[in-house]
Amino acid sequence: MAIKKTRLVVIGNGMAGIRTVEELIKMSPDEYDITVFGAEPQPNYNRILLSPVLSGEMTFQETVLNDWGWYQENHITLHTGKPVTKIHRKQCVVSTDDGLSAPYDRLLIATGSIPFMLPVPGIDLPGVVAYRSIQDVEAMLAAAQTGKRAVVIGGGLLGLEAANGLSLRGMEVSVVHINDWLMERQLDKAGGDLLTAELRKRGLNFYLTHQTEAILGEQHVTGLRFKNGLEIDADLVVMTVGIRPSIALAKSAGIYCERGIVVNDTMQTFDPKIYSVGECVQHRGQTYGLVAPLFEQAKVAANHLAEFGRMRYEGSLVSTKLKVTGIDLFSAGDFHAAEGDEELLLQDTSRGVYKKLILRDNRLRGAVMYGDTVDGPWYFQMLRDGTDVSEFREHILFGQAHLGDSGRSGAASVMNMADSAEICGCNGINKGMIVKAIIEKKLFTIEEVRAHTKASSSCGSCTGLVEALLANTLGGDYSASPNKKPMCPCTELSHDDVRAAISKHSLESMPQLMQTLNWKTPDGCASCRPALNFYLLAAAPDTYQDDSHSRFINERVHANIQKDGTYSVIPRIWGGVTSPAELRAIADIADKYEVPTVKFTGGQRLDLLGVTKENLPKMWGDLVAAGFVSGHAYGKALRTVKTCVGSEWCRFGTQDSTGLGIQMEKETWGSWTPHKFKIAVSGCPRNCAEATIKDFGVVCVDSGYELHVGGNGGIKVRVTDFLCKVSTEAEVLEYCGAFMQLYREDAHYLERTAPWIERTGLTHIKQRVVDDASMRAELYARFLQSQTSAQIDPWKARAEGKDAAEYVPLMAVAEMAN
Amino acid sequence: MNWIQIGKLEDIPRQGARTVTTPHGEIAVFRTIDDQVFALNNRCPHKNGPLAQGIVHGHRVTCPLHSWVISLENGEAVAPDTGCAHRYNVKLEHGELLLQLPDKK
Ligand code: SRM
Ligand SMILES: Cc1cc2nc3c(=O)[nH]c(=O)nc-3n(C[C@H](O)[C@H](O)[C@H](O)COP(=O)(O)OP(=O)(O)OC[C@H]3O[C@@H](n4cnc5c(N)ncnc54)[C@H](O)[C@@H]3O)c2cc1C
Ligand code: SF4
Ligand code: FES
Repeated sequence: MAIKKTRLVVIGNGMAGIRTVEELIKMSPDEYDITVFGAEPQPNYNRILLSPVLSGEMTFQETVLNDWGWYQENHITLHTGKPVTKIHRKQCVVSTDDGLSAPYDRLLIATGSIPFMLPVPGIDLPGVVAYRSIQDVEAMLAAAQTGKRAVVIGGGLLGLEAANGLSLRGMEVSVVHINDWLMERQLDKAGGDLLTAELRKRGLNFYLTHQTEAILGEQHVTGLRFKNGLEIDADLVVMTVGIRPSIALAKSAGIYCERGIVVNDTMQTFDPKIYSVGECVQHRGQTYGLVAPLFEQAKVAANHLAEFGRMRYEGSLVSTKLKVTGIDLFSAGDFHAAEGDEELLLQDTSRGVYKKLILRDNRLRGAVMYGDTVDGPWYFQMLRDGTDVSEFREHILFGQAHLGDSGRSGAASVMNMADSAEICGCNGINKGMIVKAIIEKKLFTIEEVRAHTKASSSCGSCTGLVEALLANTLGGDYSASPNKKPMCPCTELSHDDVRAAISKHSLESMPQLMQTLNWKTPDGCASCRPALNFYLLAAAPDTYQDDSHSRFINERVHANIQKDGTYSVIPRIWGGVTSPAELRAIADIADKYEVPTVKFTGGQRLDLLGVTKENLPKMWGDLVAAGFVSGHAYGKALRTVKTCVGSEWCRFGTQDSTGLGIQMEKETWGSWTPHKFKIAVSGCPRNCAEATIKDFGVVCVDSGYELHVGGNGGIKVRVTDFLCKVSTEAEVLEYCGAFMQLYREDAHYLERTAPWIERTGLTHIKQRVVDDASMRAELYARFLQSQTSAQIDPWKARAEGKDAAEYVPLMAVAEMAN
Repeated sequence: MNWIQIGKLEDIPRQGARTVTTPHGEIAVFRTIDDQVFALNNRCPHKNGPLAQGIVHGHRVTCPLHSWVISLENGEAVAPDTGCAHRYNVKLEHGELLLQLPDKK
């Protein structure tokens, strides 16, 4: 027998209502039997994109968010063109004028808002339209076919987008505005003036501080009269003076309304069976007219409808952008300075840039930007977080790019943003979510990012930021973010579970592990196999038979694959110190194998790029003969030990940083780690070796050595945490080895020291490596023990013939017999 | 169409691949965990990554360059990616590997 589902009726087939349904289906696909009533005849479309449709930059079809098929696939009963006219709360039924009715267990009212029409004579004349629906756009486009002159009443966001669209459609457009500058709700006067000037250049006329008295015409609109007596001609009048929450229906059913339908933090109206979301809602005294807050409401409402009952809507701060192609404008928060506020201003008239920030107690309260809006999301984030900006106040107006001394360009500045910074305001998608999707789902194009995250799929004004994120995220060997459970689709077990099982069951090989732990696939996948190989190796470094076919190609062939399938070869240059003889040997080898590019790496050594696979063993043979070993630039392993010249030469050097670095590299090279591991030693706190963004950094001081851990460069630069100070080189070596061993035994595969420390806490590490001397000694002993089997140069072995078949084709078919 | 002897099963490591250079370009011959062999054009449909260098798992290979997953059975990229690497016939007869190549044009 089929279980009777709960019935949900939705009034309003618009953006907020259907978003709620989408969220609900995601959370609880089978719970509800859903019926939707929509007054408009279309399926749910993206109202935001009406302006591009009006201007001709998009078709209506492109704005459809949920086509007919979507409703069918999700078994939703849809009645379009059927406004609900009655809610019978006693019987729990809604009905329409033409006799349709639907009973509900839960009701969702999402009726949006209605455009406000000025109560002036002539308002009902044909040729006077609002700007709310696709029907309005069609009416405007029809008018643009026949008439020439359009007048837009209301110089807010909507009005300007309408004016711009109509002007692109070839009409002569005038904008009438009662205030003395445009968009006064989003802009201050200076910003508004810049905007007016720019729009004038594009051919729009403005009647500022003009008030409409009457709309003129007999059969059709012909013109407009202002209070000051001036009359102007018009074939089309578009009214965009404001919107009012659409509450008539709710009110008639006795649901408590003020300006909007009043809801609590769970989006419930005064009738507990009835929820409401969208522009028709009043929450904590606020109504909203932008999608971002409505989508937040939708999420909360869905959460409660799905009976998860966990989320609360606590109101939203909104930011605004004008969607007129070529005009950059951003505003957020409150930008009218009040008592006690401070105002920071930047005005560069020749560049057409204007920025104003309002601060109170060193915290942002509002921001207006015109001309250069790259930093909009950054300001908005600080505004929402209440960030104390005193430390970088003097630079704040110049934007995030100017905070460091690295002088990054605009695009790179998205990479400086925190993971929690919002990129797509429409859908509430932050940077971390996008980067995660790009990495985990291997997304390469903006379309894919849209499909997987919804970012940039609504108004599109964040497209540039999303593209910058894509460009910056792709192109490395992706360092997966710390893995949560399960480790991959081949198992339900998490990384920690697997590590625990390896030691509990003394697992020694991959087939044995997969069998014991009931792997779902015959031999795992490209993501679990390298991890398992590492865990098994770390558990038994002396006896485990390394499985080269579970290693990524770079580690399998001990060189980095390049985009054209050739390889790069980076020999170890201990501590970055070389000699004429070594350089000569490298030069000769580069000549001999016709290496197309020789490059100094960022890790203080030389990269020979563009070597064919077949040449690798031969070239290694020559390098080994000249005294080199592998630099492991390809491995989740110890990479480089960067050093500075230190006390041997430098007038500020306090210790022999170069010599210490070389000792550290000799002791740690060859070790396999969960992710790559980099070390640096600086001779004094000037820190020329950049030790404080390394996995293990040493900063020499007069009285000894400061040890720092958990730093990295890369996508998200992280400065190290201070671990402790020691006084001898021998101690540095011991702490370093112990730290590496703990990292190896404790971290998840592909988790670099920075995220590992952030996950487990610095205390966890200090307790084991610093506070407990015997634990440190044990860790260090295990490290040294495992090094005995790790410090076998892989290049030498291969030059001598190990894995020879790996480097040559199976066969070369020269001519085809015919 | 010609069947060409290219070696023995043992010449290819299990869960690995070797290449055969031909006038049609480089062909990757894979041997899976269950000792089946498959052959694909050694160019990933994404950006020509050398598939023979990827990690072989099940009847699939993960491309070494940007980790697309390609089915060895038909050369198709696994969703959400789309694209296809040309597939060649290979068979095992009396321990010998035979690869079928089209005639020279
Ligand atoms: C060759 C080199 C660039 C250069 O020409 O200078 C380089 C090249 C690559 N880096 Fe790097 N990185 C190089 C120094 C650096 C440095 C500088 C340093 O070590 O002081 C950094 C910043 C420091 C750091 O690691 O924190 C650096 C941060 C990265 C990152 C980001 C790491 C992170 O944790 O966020 C990646 C991506 C990754 O590993 O996941 C990366 C990845 C890569 C990869 C492996 C991308 C890939 O998979 O192909 C590049 C390999 C190219 C190749 O085949 O040779 N590379 N890379 C440098 C080699 C150094 C060496 O001698 O071994
Ligand atoms: C031209 C334009 C540009 C915009 N640009 C932006 C922008 O750039 N950024 C931004 O964030 N926001 C923008 N907005 C605002 C945004 O579109 C709205 O905030 C959003 O659509 C409101 O969603 P909603 O579901 O509350 O209302 P709607 O999307 O209006 O949905 C309500 C639906 O309910 C229907 N309905 C009403 N009464 C009944 C009834 N009794 N029975 C059945 N159905 C009924 C209506 O016909 C409508 O289809 C823009 C709006 C317009 C008009
Ligand atoms: S070498 Fe590093 S920074 Fe340069 S392109 Fe490759 S991954 Fe990016
Ligand atoms: S070339 Fe194969 S995934 Fe990009």
